[in-house]
Amino acid sequence: MGIVIIGNSASAVGAVEAIRKVDRSLSITIISDEPHSVYSRPLISYLLSGELRPQQIFYRSKNFYEKNRVRSLLGRCAIHVDFKKKAVQLDNDERISYDRLLIATGGKPFLPKIEGLHTPGVYTFTKLEDANRILSILKEVQKAVVIGGGLIGLKAAEALNKRKVEVTVLELADRILSLTMDSTASSILEKALRKEGVHLITSNTVEAILGNGRVESVRLADGKVLNGQLVIVAIGVSPNVEIFKGTPLKVEKGIVVNERMETNIPDVFAAGDVVETYDKILKCYRTIPIWPNAYLQGKVAGYQMSGEEKYRYDGGFMMNSIQVAHIPTISVGLTNPPSEDGFQVMKKFDRGSGIYRKIILKDDLIVGAILAGQIDRAGIMTGLLRDMVNVKGFKKELLNDQFGFVSLPKSLRKERLLNIK
Amino acid sequence: MKRIFVKEEVCIGCRLCEIHCVVEHSKSKNIIKAFKDENPRILPRIFVEEKGKVSFGLQCRHCEEPYCLEACMSGALYKDEKTGAVLHNREQCVGCWMCVMVCPYGVIRRDLNEKKIASKCDLCLGKEIPVCVARCPNEALEYREV
Repeated sequence: MGIVIIGNSASAVGAVEAIRKVDRSLSITIISDEPHSVYSRPLISYLLSGELRPQQIFYRSKNFYEKNRVRSLLGRCAIHVDFKKKAVQLDNDERISYDRLLIATGGKPFLPKIEGLHTPGVYTFTKLEDANRILSILKEVQKAVVIGGGLIGLKAAEALNKRKVEVTVLELADRILSLTMDSTASSILEKALRKEGVHLITSNTVEAILGNGRVESVRLADGKVLNGQLVIVAIGVSPNVEIFKGTPLKVEKGIVVNERMETNIPDVFAAGDVVETYDKILKCYRTIPIWPNAYLQGKVAGYQMSGEEKYRYDGGFMMNSIQVAHIPTISVGLTNPPSEDGFQVMKKFDRGSGIYRKIILKDDLIVGAILAGQIDRAGIMTGLLRDMVNVKGFKKELLNDQFGFVSLPKSLRKERLLNIK
Repeated sequence: MKRIFVKEEVCIGCRLCEIHCVVEHSKSKNIIKAFKDENPRILPRIFVEEKGKVSFGLQCRHCEEPYCLEACMSGALYKDEKTGAVLHNREQCVGCWMCVMVCPYGVIRRDLNEKKIASKCDLCLGKEIPVCVARCPNEALEYREV
């Protein structure tokens, strides 16, 4: 009995750490189909590239479960939840009863309908196992094809490139990172990636994966054939809600939750990449599968499950920090506003240094930003956006590379610096 | 928990806080050696902002509920259980800059000298008074309870 968490990543840890802040005695059980103690999925690209020592993959210390008095059922798969009887069915016939349940099952890679998708040598790239499997065959790989020019695909491509594998990235849109970047930022990164030796093909995709018992090549939509011994599929993730099909759990784009992270079922909470939440900028409900939101939602769920009711999650927004080809970039909020609707776009691009700065405003509030090449102090901008601070009085300063608290009116500066979050 | 607050009205922008921060976090803790011999020279963890006659030093606020800690996907940032200080495990950091993206004070900086690892204030790790506060000639920095 007590609290049961399905999942073992950012949201689960956020929940455990919140619960233990207020209650040392509540029983907590973590169920995870992966056999590993809690590790950071976004770091697998650093493992693949060789930048990370294997023990650095762990997100919390080895004694995390012990220290927090968590019973961990690792390598055990939850296959069904009986919401009426309040029990989680495991793959080995065991049933784990709960008083309160947190669903933190995350996302799973989206698989396109491509001929030959199940040919050996084709991988997705979200879990530690994926990185380890790819590492184990790396010696046999001279060329690789990455399907998808989003964050995961580019990080995988860059890692392979560092391992001296000749990589081609295929992106269906006309530019990489089309969901989070604008065309200027995309082209800065495209240029840098190409300079590092990564091949990029846009407005095109893989139609078939070819090979006799092993991947040998891929055929593109335009008929062109690329050779390769490895294919990584990275075209996005979707909420991992498979085991809840046919149950009363309400799922739209993701599991539907309220500000307490409660689902439509009493005593059942959900957090992280599996839920849909309010997007404060786009003003709609959607999945925003990013690490900070997952941790924060888990934390709110943890507090709520242990009876600490003052914590709420009233929504979030998209933000990403991506460094590829030695160029740091940060994108926050709405980065490609529609041309109508009264958005004000301010931008500055220095071709020499490659430094790009773009701020999107609406009604004198920051609703989005892109920084590339120079990202120091980007968080000040994120903070002004998050807290919906009116920037009318110092709008022009936002484009200044030296933008800081000194650029703010004294009263606002004092207010923000003296009130610690 | 005690935190460092700035009184910009008496800060003259002399940057002694930055200098003493570098010395305190240097290998030798010797001002001459820290600046002349240690290579690469480390970044200060307090930064003086200046514009015209306005200046003030700013470093990590050691938030109660730190955004950086929520965003840190490597687990490098953590809260010291005893002091409440937000600390940084350099070994664990991969330089993903999630902390740079979310810190509303903009006080976590990229340390490009040391393999992309962020540098941030550690409140001089348990020193009774952090050196920036102790060495400020104008008492423009104050170490007090919130």
